Amino acid sequence: MSNQQTSFAKLFVHTFKRDLVLAFRRKSELVNPLIFFLIVVTLFPIGVSPEPQFLAELAPGLLWVAALLSTLLSMESLFKADFDDGSLEQLLLSPQPLFMVVLAKVSAHWLMSGLALTLVAPVLAVMLFLPAEGMPGLMLSLLLGTPTLSLIGAIGAALTVGLRRGGVLISLLVLPLYIPVLIFGSSAVQAAITGLPLGGYFALLGALLALALALAPLATGAALRISVSG
Amino acid sequence: MSTELLSARSLFCERDDRILFEGLDLTLNTGEILQIEGRNGSGKTTLLRILSGLSSHFEGELYWQGEVMGEVQEAYLADLVYIGHLPGVSGQLTAEENLRWHCALHPSLDIEKIDYAIGQVGLRGFEDLPAYQLSAGQKRRIALARLYMSEAKLWILDEPFTAIDKVGVAAKEALMLKHLSCGGSVILTTHQDMSDHMPVRTLSLGEPQEIGDE
Repeated sequence: MSNQQTSFAKLFVHTFKRDLVLAFRRKSELVNPLIFFLIVVTLFPIGVSPEPQFLAELAPGLLWVAALLSTLLSMESLFKADFDDGSLEQLLLSPQPLFMVVLAKVSAHWLMSGLALTLVAPVLAVMLFLPAEGMPGLMLSLLLGTPTLSLIGAIGAALTVGLRRGGVLISLLVLPLYIPVLIFGSSAVQAAITGLPLGGYFALLGALLALALALAPLATGAALRISVSG
Repeated sequence: MSTELLSARSLFCERDDRILFEGLDLTLNTGEILQIEGRNGSGKTTLLRILSGLSSHFEGELYWQGEVMGEVQEAYLADLVYIGHLPGVSGQLTAEENLRWHCALHPSLDIEKIDYAIGQVGLRGFEDLPAYQLSAGQKRRIALARLYMSEAKLWILDEPFTAIDKVGVAAKEALMLKHLSCGGSVILTTHQDMSDHMPVRTLSLGEPQEIGDE
């Protein structure tokens, strides 16, 4: 039994490392979500109003929407290359549980999209005059929320990987499921600014993450089987 | 002594309103090569995908060593090497990195043998190049290297010799003979003629029938 557990752990580590190596060799995929995040946030003051007070009010929602959209944008590439070169077939033919492989792939993906966004967010928040009290709320809510976005997005990516133009369909499938994360995430930042207790928001974001962690890899695995089978 | 390894009963598959095969029975014993023949589009790849468990668009039953496939799926996959139309080789990774990942996916592949396998398929000296810099034949050789590392009983190979040179084909035939002598079996499709000394049994797929064409 313990032998089996080490082989699961090995599978997770190998897949995780492989995906990181792949991402660093295809630089564009690594940088795209970050650039998108940056562009959306910088365009707002130019397009709407550079007024500090107005921007500070807008900042929580804007940062969260931008983070959500750039995660969504990066989801399409999660399984695409593996589907095109046949690695996905090999992955499905593995006697090892698909759950672990999917979880490893999503974790690697999150590290390079969600975590990177979380780390860049404070810089952009300063640019949007977000009050300093809001920073911990912003960072923590993104840290808890973006993995959920990646996990849910993976289901959409798996369902559409076999289609020639799946990008728009992913958005349609996944956006409704993103709404709760967006609501609780941006509310947490608002609450942090006004000095209200944050525990409730983080508990809800954490609960969503736990739910996604347990169920999304299963759904993603099933969706991959359907996509490859077609 | 040859025993039954894989069998299929009354397989039916329909695609784009055409019946690819109907009532197809198939048995594969240990120590046997089964070659699936047929014109382009006759459903060879589809049949291999069904047998490997990748495709579920079919009716009929599959048995692995006499047991219903659904119940022994995991044991079946552990004893299977499938090399499909797409080689399953990631262009951004080197031959060794590709093979390492395959070892993590399939415990039946021996990670100690990666170096040996790379030498056997003639990729020595190309270990450090990402696969996209290699030729089509060399990429396929990376996929075929898995056969040298595998202890699986069944190999399902879809056009394994595409883009492989004559020397390479001869080496693979020798490898298959060795595999058969260890009690393994092979199912393959190929448009190339195999050497006469290979113990090949062929199964021909007919022309697909249009539905309502009776």
